[in-house]
Amino acid sequence: MKKTLMLIIALVLTFTLAACGGKNNAGSGANGTTNGTNAGNGGGSADAGLSGSILATGSTALQPLVDQASKRFMEQNSGVTIQVQGGGSGTGLAQVSQGQANIGNSDVFAEEKLEADQAKGLVDHQVAVVGIATVVNPEVNVDNLTKQQLIDIFSGKIANWKEVGGNDQNITIVNRPASSGTRATFEKYALGEKVADVKGSIQEDSSGTVKKLVGETPGAIGYLGFAYLDDKVKVLKYEGVEASEETVANGTYPVWAYEHMYTKGEPDAATKAFLDYMLSDEVQNGDVVDMGYIPVSKMQVKRDVEGNISK
Amino acid sequence: MAQSVGKQQPKPHLREEWVGRVYTFLCILFLLLTIFSMVYFVASKGLSTFIINKVNLAGFLTGLKWSPDSEPPLFGALPFLIGSFSTSILAAVIAAPLGFCAAVFMTQIMPKFGRKIMQPVIELLAGIPSVVYGFVGLSVIVPLFRDIFPGQGIGIAAGAVVLSIMILPTITTIATDALASLPAGLKEGSYALGATRWQTIYRIVLPTTMPALLTGIVLGIARAFGEALAVQMVIGNSPHIPRSLFESTSTLTSAITLSMGNTVMGSIQNNALWSLALLLMIMTFVFVFIVRMLERRSKL
Repeated sequence: MKKTLMLIIALVLTFTLAACGGKNNAGSGANGTTNGTNAGNGGGSADAGLSGSILATGSTALQPLVDQASKRFMEQNSGVTIQVQGGGSGTGLAQVSQGQANIGNSDVFAEEKLEADQAKGLVDHQVAVVGIATVVNPEVNVDNLTKQQLIDIFSGKIANWKEVGGNDQNITIVNRPASSGTRATFEKYALGEKVADVKGSIQEDSSGTVKKLVGETPGAIGYLGFAYLDDKVKVLKYEGVEASEETVANGTYPVWAYEHMYTKGEPDAATKAFLDYMLSDEVQNGDVVDMGYIPVSKMQVKRDVEGNISK
Repeated sequence: MAQSVGKQQPKPHLREEWVGRVYTFLCILFLLLTIFSMVYFVASKGLSTFIINKVNLAGFLTGLKWSPDSEPPLFGALPFLIGSFSTSILAAVIAAPLGFCAAVFMTQIMPKFGRKIMQPVIELLAGIPSVVYGFVGLSVIVPLFRDIFPGQGIGIAAGAVVLSIMILPTITTIATDALASLPAGLKEGSYALGATRWQTIYRIVLPTTMPALLTGIVLGIARAFGEALAVQMVIGNSPHIPRSLFESTSTLTSAITLSMGNTVMGSIQNNALWSLALLLMIMTFVFVFIVRMLERRSKL
């Protein structure tokens, strides 16, 4: 009897504490961030040097670039600490729009992921361009695919390479998950429409695994960022246009996307300085090129969220 | 006289008693707090798919089509459920005979060598990070299956083989402990009646320890059910029910890890993933319940 009573008391206590705990955590998390930014502002106004802490979170594709640039930036500005975290584009956009992070890294426009009212307050900073190429297994003897052929392949209407001029070999699709930014870019600019997952297709969420599977599986087709291309996979032309930095820059090859760094409203001094640094020649011609991205400054065309191209 | 002295000084054993009591109570409280907040978090997130986003529960459990980005979004989790169950049960089917044989060998046949060398080696398997298993599966097992069987090599079979190695330590350790705790009298009695060693193992040792062995299997299945990374690398992750063991499919865990980072917290796509997590948690509760049932039936 006494034991049962104790157990009930323990349970009730736990529940109340759990409820409080949840609320407290949320509260303290938000407070922590605001304190951080306030401290940053206060420090910035006290002396001319920059200080504060910046939290950049989101896209894992963009993470290595931001991480490397942030290390150099921190060496030059000892008062600033920058923390770069992964988590995915969706996480980054959600956290920056809720004020939990200073910068949200994303592979896609915020308008494509968030609700309209959430995306409205976010300011876009485009720091690099990533080109995406259609790749196949090296033994596939097809060099070029048209848009319609790609649509038919990725929607399962064409299931054998002989239908597009190759050998008699079944096609294996190596796709990205429906939520992936790379897939969204590929579907939007290479296919022009969303396609449903084909039965028997493979889905992987890391570019390294996609490359490994395409390189090893006979008859495989997939798509990869330019940074991952090498002789283990065969790069196809799209509508007769070669996938390269030049064709992306002059606008003839359409399958590319911006890498975005979003801030909520106008950024504070330290964050703004870091974003300016990301766009400086040092990073644009150094780290950006080293990691297989295309510098924004090289682009001869611009594209808005609807996909309209302007010179 | 002795009593009054005892009353004046604080009794050390009483103090110890209280320190112990408070310490244990705090630990238990912390544990309960963690568990209940986890359950509450997953449940509140997972249920909001049905309460806020108005997704049909029956459609969620029996639907065959999972396409969260289509118009309207479709959430049918049956392919994931089938994938999870078939992969983990097949893994147990592969691992259980191996685990039992290893346990019999280590306790009945060569106890010295087994206890000293075999058991640590098998337990070492539990310490290897799951990404290593996944990579080995992707580099060795998938190409092997691709060459031998029709299909792409990835799929339930590859997932099950990788998982069977991962759950081998669980099944072996529990089986070994059960066999070792068998009263010596049972075996000696059997030998005294003229039974051979194999007859004793087959007719006496295994039947008596069966509930404990089954416990090991169920715990192994539970472990396999919850494993995400290694399976995700070799299963292919297409949200369809496969036609063969060598065709791309998904499990609950692989679907969650594949999309969790790319979806926005609070969106219907994200909530649906939490619903999958809730489903996974309920299944784990069921496994724990089965283990309790088996333990109650144990004759030892």
